[in-house]
Amino acid sequence: MIRFTRVAKTYASGVPAIEDVTFHLTRGEFAFLTGPSGAGKSTVLKLSYVEERPSSGEVRLLGQSSVLLTPRKVPTLRRRLGIVFQDFRLLPDRTAAENVAFALEVTGASAATIAPKVLRVLDKVGLQAKADARPHELSGGEQQRVAIARALVNDPLLILADEPTGNLDERSTRGVFELLQQINAGGTTVLMATHDMQLVRSSGLRTLEMQRGRLVFDSGAGRAGTPAAVTEDVG
Amino acid sequence: MNLAVREGLLSFRRAPTLSALSVTTIAFSLFAFGLFGLVALNLRQALDQVGDRVEIRGFIAEGTAPEATSVALEDIQQFPEVAGVTLVTQAQALERARRELGEFEDVFEPGLLPASIEVRLREGARSPEAVKAVATRLAAYDFIDDIRYGEEWVAKLYRLRTIATAVGLALGLTFALVSMIIIGSTIRMAVLARAKEIQIMRLVGATDGFIRAPFLIEGFVKGVLGGLVALALTGATFLAIGRFVIQASFFGPLLALTGLAAGGALGVLASAVAVGRHLREVR
Ligand SMILES: Nc1ncnc2c1ncn2[C@@H]1O[C@H](COP(=O)(O)OP(=O)(O)OP(=O)(O)O)[C@@H](O)[C@H]1O
Ligand SMILES: [Mg+2]
Repeated sequence: MIRFTRVAKTYASGVPAIEDVTFHLTRGEFAFLTGPSGAGKSTVLKLSYVEERPSSGEVRLLGQSSVLLTPRKVPTLRRRLGIVFQDFRLLPDRTAAENVAFALEVTGASAATIAPKVLRVLDKVGLQAKADARPHELSGGEQQRVAIARALVNDPLLILADEPTGNLDERSTRGVFELLQQINAGGTTVLMATHDMQLVRSSGLRTLEMQRGRLVFDSGAGRAGTPAAVTEDVG
Repeated sequence: MNLAVREGLLSFRRAPTLSALSVTTIAFSLFAFGLFGLVALNLRQALDQVGDRVEIRGFIAEGTAPEATSVALEDIQQFPEVAGVTLVTQAQALERARRELGEFEDVFEPGLLPASIEVRLREGARSPEAVKAVATRLAAYDFIDDIRYGEEWVAKLYRLRTIATAVGLALGLTFALVSMIIIGSTIRMAVLARAKEIQIMRLVGATDGFIRAPFLIEGFVKGVLGGLVALALTGATFLAIGRFVIQASFFGPLLALTGLAAGGALGVLASAVAVGRHLREVR
């Protein structure tokens, strides 16, 4: 699903953001990416959804190698991904349903196919009743659910979430996390960056820990890594 | 309606002031261009008309034998620059003067006006140098008393035409550049205003072409609208000035369409540059 092999990334500033990062996530896994601020979590995710390219090493994603991936192929690849951010990144002048539909519109989908899909995912995240609300009329937790619905609407193989609960209170955090787990149970791989160590520990899921640009701990390294197996071992 | 077209047109509602500004600047650039084009067009037509009239007149000395002139006429007809030669006898000269200047009929007595040879030149042989060359050869006949041709006049018109063409090109290019910069920066503002949307579009897998399309349509529509306004302004100016200037002419439909197309092309090109720059910058 996703494989980093000795990946390093140095931004234009010249300071290396990550160095020698190697890990592998198989289909259906749920993994946390943790570490202090500036450790390189967002960089790992950006490399995963090809917002950035590795300075050295290789990122393999859904069978595509970063070494061979041309910019032209990036949009098609992203349609197989769902990306979720701390700041939701919803369009303020569009309703929840329109925000979700947006992800389908830009792929050139027809209006007839869009409507039922949007309803289905809004139902899945429990927001069908708020379909016509605009982001400012929704709570943080609800906004993040809309963002997750948008990430889900293209039936992604992999969800990349960069601190999706970073702006949420404890209750909403649990809700969003449970939603992601539920999605994962349906077969979708999830990689989630977070600061929330309590959440990480209580979940007992696979954890990749970064420090100063290096991967210092991987609770699932070397394992076949089905979610069940990981939970069993670590928990 | 197509999503790109809808988005492209939506910009007019999202940012009416900015859109109006773009249309206005394109309109004024093309208007200035149009005014200049009108001047050039009319100057050119005036030159063509004058060109048709470019002729050399050689006055024949009194008492020249008719055989001598008719031989000369045949000779002159053979000059490569010459389109036609006519002999105007004294009687014909008098007749013509009376017809053209009827009120002064009594002033003209038979024998007052000399006979002359009128030489009309071919198109392409009407430059000041060509006229002068033919005039010199004409003057070589010893029965030719005097030669008249609009030397100064012809030279001036030709110089004017050369200057007009050069100034036209320079101004046209400058205006095109200026309006491109203005459209480009207004589109860039529109792009920046939608930077968040563009970022999200990319994250959910929109291609650059898809992101670009509405902006190109927006630029095209603005360019064509600007062209229309410019055409209307030029037309109004033309009508206003037309009262004082005789025989001026306006652009034909083909030139008018070319102007609109130029507006559209300017708009599309400027948008493409502005969006392209943004897409490259944010990758
Ligand atoms: N676009 C960029 N240009 C230059 N340096 C960057 C850029 N993005 C990140 N960095 C640097 O790379 C390092 C890793 O940043 P990154 O955002 O990956 O950390 P993080 O683990 O996500 O931190 P946080 O928990 O605060 O989000 C930091 O030192 C950061 O300053
Ligand atoms: Mg981060």
